[in-house]
Amino acid sequence: MAYAPHTPADRDAMLAAVGVESVDDLFADIPNAVRARSFEIPPPLTEQEVRRELTRLAARNRIPEVSFLGAGAYRHLVPAAVMEVIGRSEFATAYTPYQPEVSQGTLQSIYEFQTLVCELTGMEVASASHYDGATATAEAALMACRLTRRDTVAVSSAVNPQVRRVLQTYCSGPGIRVVEVPADLGEAGSGLTPGEAAGSALDESVACLVVQQPNFFGGIEPMAELAEAAHRSGAQLVAVVEPTSLAILEAPGAYGADIVAAEGQPLGIPLSFGGPYVGLMAARMESVRQMPGRLVGATRDAAGRRGYVLTLQAREQHIRREKAASNICTNQALCALAATAYLSAVGPHGLREVAELSMVQTRHAVAALEAAGVARRRFSAPYFAEAAIQLRNAKRRHATLAEQGIVAGLPLEDAYPELGDCLLLAATELTTDDDVARLVEGLEATA
Amino acid sequence: MTYPNDLRYSKDHEWVRAEGSTATIGITSFAADELGDIVFVELPEVGAALKQFAAFGVVESVKAVSDLFSPVSGTVSEVNGRLQSEPELLNSDPFGDGWIARVETTDGDELKDLLDADGYAKLTS
Amino acid sequence: MSVTERPAPPSGAPSDGDASGRGAAFSSPVGGEQLQVVEPLLFASSRTGRRDVRFPSLSEAARKAAESQPEVPKHARRTATARLPEVSELDLLRHFNRLSHLNHAIDLGFYPLGSCTMKYNPKVNEWAARLPGLSESHPLDPAELSQGSLELQWLLAELLREISGMAAVSLQPAAGAQGELSGLLMTRAYHRSRGEGEQRTKVLVPDSSHGTNAATASMVGYQTVTIRSNERGGIDLGALREALGPDTAALMITNPSTLGIFEDQIDQVVAAVHQVGAIAYMDGANLNAILGRFRAGDAGFDVMHFNLHKTFSTPHGGGGPGAGPVGVGERLAPFLPEPLPILVEGTDDEVRRNAWAGRNTPGARFALEEEGTRPQSIGKVRAFTGNFGMHLRAYTYIRSNGDAGLREVSDDAVLAANYLRVRLTDAYDLPYDRICKHEVVFSGRRQKRQHGVTTLDIAKAILDYRIHPPTIYFPLIVEEALMIEPTETESLETLDRFVDVMHEIADRAATDPSALKAAPTTTPVGRLDEAAAARRPDLRHDFGAAPAGSSARQEAGA
Repeated sequence: MAYAPHTPADRDAMLAAVGVESVDDLFADIPNAVRARSFEIPPPLTEQEVRRELTRLAARNRIPEVSFLGAGAYRHLVPAAVMEVIGRSEFATAYTPYQPEVSQGTLQSIYEFQTLVCELTGMEVASASHYDGATATAEAALMACRLTRRDTVAVSSAVNPQVRRVLQTYCSGPGIRVVEVPADLGEAGSGLTPGEAAGSALDESVACLVVQQPNFFGGIEPMAELAEAAHRSGAQLVAVVEPTSLAILEAPGAYGADIVAAEGQPLGIPLSFGGPYVGLMAARMESVRQMPGRLVGATRDAAGRRGYVLTLQAREQHIRREKAASNICTNQALCALAATAYLSAVGPHGLREVAELSMVQTRHAVAALEAAGVARRRFSAPYFAEAAIQLRNAKRRHATLAEQGIVAGLPLEDAYPELGDCLLLAATELTTDDDVARLVEGLEATA
Repeated sequence: MTYPNDLRYSKDHEWVRAEGSTATIGITSFAADELGDIVFVELPEVGAALKQFAAFGVVESVKAVSDLFSPVSGTVSEVNGRLQSEPELLNSDPFGDGWIARVETTDGDELKDLLDADGYAKLTS
Repeated sequence: MSVTERPAPPSGAPSDGDASGRGAAFSSPVGGEQLQVVEPLLFASSRTGRRDVRFPSLSEAARKAAESQPEVPKHARRTATARLPEVSELDLLRHFNRLSHLNHAIDLGFYPLGSCTMKYNPKVNEWAARLPGLSESHPLDPAELSQGSLELQWLLAELLREISGMAAVSLQPAAGAQGELSGLLMTRAYHRSRGEGEQRTKVLVPDSSHGTNAATASMVGYQTVTIRSNERGGIDLGALREALGPDTAALMITNPSTLGIFEDQIDQVVAAVHQVGAIAYMDGANLNAILGRFRAGDAGFDVMHFNLHKTFSTPHGGGGPGAGPVGVGERLAPFLPEPLPILVEGTDDEVRRNAWAGRNTPGARFALEEEGTRPQSIGKVRAFTGNFGMHLRAYTYIRSNGDAGLREVSDDAVLAANYLRVRLTDAYDLPYDRICKHEVVFSGRRQKRQHGVTTLDIAKAILDYRIHPPTIYFPLIVEEALMIEPTETESLETLDRFVDVMHEIADRAATDPSALKAAPTTTPVGRLDEAAAARRPDLRHDFGAAPAGSSARQEAGA
């Protein structure tokens, strides 16, 4: 074995102490009828061999030279300092901080994470992390059902389709009904969730209205109006947000969101083919006992020194078992640490610059495509850093460009058949003017 | 361990003090000790109807959680709001300031189904 | 960082030298005494205008072009800036590096935390995770650009299939608890497909089970029924048979159990479950004990989940991320979460053979299943296809170990646990005195009864020796439980050192119990007031006002 420390003499000494002839004797309790029938695993590799294998697989990927793909996972700068922090094995190889005396590093960093999430969202309490934005959204909806004792969830069709599918799965568990609030996606539509549509979907069975800001198409939703519609019928507003946008867009706490969920990947977490990412969740303090996931709180030791502990654990599965708020146990602590280090590294000005650059470069790309007559903006409403564009043969042209190492966003046809001629484009601070030019040229050439 | 003589006790470790048709209920010092440091009590709402031996609330300690079972049937007339900010009263004074709720009882005979102090002391010894 | 000195620990406290090698950072050379350390919150060193990462400026052309687009309306604009710290890069690194010094970690010392499999996390895995070709792969990139990521996931699923004997594997679940959720959702979908959805409402779990099993059952609307263990620590077959019936949806059983005991009647258990038409679910949390020896699929289990962060060495990260792939038998395969990575051109055999030899397969092409390919799928349990960064580490680990290595992992893990079992029986009660698997569960009841020293006191005393305590008070069926899982990567010297420490603590419990009650004395903080933390929760830094942008703060005119 690659990492076995034992010499043959060590093993003999242990076997002698245990009083058995061979290790096989320690497996004598496995009934013959159910012993493993096969174990066809390839032979061991040395470090240089396994490196060659992983290098082979990495080389089978082609990382695009130019990419305007977002749709829930974004290509941002991951500062070297952030990688350094999460690479510390004191953080990476620690377990869940159940022994606080020797886990203050992890615990304090989570307390800082909770503080930062509250600052970004304008909410009063944030959990220590969820698997990703989609599961955080689903758990937020279930939390709203517990808080309101209602059993229907209303979700805008302009919420990320991946998120809606996860929401659907989680709600199917306890039998929560999910109804869709149609966004205005027609020709010349705004691409937003109309307040009236939300209002008509909301009745007294609806626990929450789930809306994304900016929405899947980058559109800036009328959140205050939607919150009001939800509250009018006694429902909660679950706001699904993109964290860098919160440097420019209003904090959910200010427009009356009751629970906030977010995908934290843009905060210093590599794309890594979809994970691990980190789900953020924040809420009002009065709802904390229905909030799923770990929480860290400050307290003191007998000598009066400040320290941090996992707290309000009676909500969790290891104590409440079948009555727990959720079954979540393992979370995404190291990714939450990355987000904490990232937000600290960029600071308020840096985060604003990221948001501004992403927003302006997206606009730049859309404007350049419009000016070249290649595509037009599909929706009329103001958008943040992502936009749907319409062009002929969208899917074919997207595929052709991909062969050249240019990813012209995401074809929307699969998730929205009515948007079959549309691509969803996202730019970030990594997008250069040259990237925009290559996108325009590439799409022009495939016409 | 001895328990106050003027109370009746349930096997679920709740106590009741009956004064006319009004009953004050709480958890015993034994229950509080078993749970450890109590950090939260979910109180019933005033007006809620309680049924004898049915769950009516929840009490949480740092590492445990337990349902509260009403020793009597009736309607909640008052709850001890202090417990919301000072749940530790359940540990420090379970038979006094740590009372949980007052109930207008519907069936005085129910007290017969409860233990007296000696009976409860035997149960918990 | 402010540093204050603590008085010397009471006599009888740890002597110098420890198995972890951590000594230098915090212990004095002779007494194990530690400087007490307080690292302020990063917000305290924030100064307006201080910067770390900077971003390029926009070109005039970009700015100008963007002006043709609709602006963010005023009502949607942020009104109060979030108070993120403003620090230099050096301050930032010092802060987090100092915080890291306050942690115990596998890379610092022994971590025999039962049920958690705190084995060494190989560094070549981390190297692999940082390969740009993998870390910069976007989950929605066209399949043509993601062949490496897809092949890796496909190969890992193949390996997990072979390791478990299951028919098919989905890598999507983000953690063990999500693997459980997927498994029970599939169970329900299966019963519904046979018209038995209404009738089957109960999930049986042994009384030694993880809390997640019961919590997961509730999330799927199932009622949990607890089955007692027998005097040998296995599930009570009689009680199981009594509980099984036409209303049983599934039995969830951890094997080896949380007592570290292999269910030696597992064949009868599975047969009894199948006899009533229920699903047999194996919680694979303890797979580290049985690699190459026992496969859930061969034993007839219908579904199991893997914890890549346990058996397959991906780092625990202070609580996550993990990964909880789920494997199923033929019956449940149609219900697996979607999408699965699939081989669309080429043959399975050829791709496997080539990959095992480190070669590409010419013409082979992978893709993700299209939505709706399997109409009975339970859907998606998280976005995209799972924690790929954990998948690639697990793949690296399995390939590094290979067949012989994985067998040896379990052999050594079981040998180490049995060695500790034998070496510690004189000092601590052993409720189930029989051969164990990867972990052994002792009881501290002797110490509690005779000396008033609880298992919590013992755990806290262990901290002063720079060793992480075992899991305590779990499983619930063992009084004052001490659940010890040494794993296969700890040397005999480390195991012996631990034995010495545990004996020394048992002695001190008899001679000086009050010293143990005061432990730990050499950690950055002492025992913390958890009751105060829960009674009056302080869950974020108080800047002296409500959080930025909250309505309360705006009303206050901030």
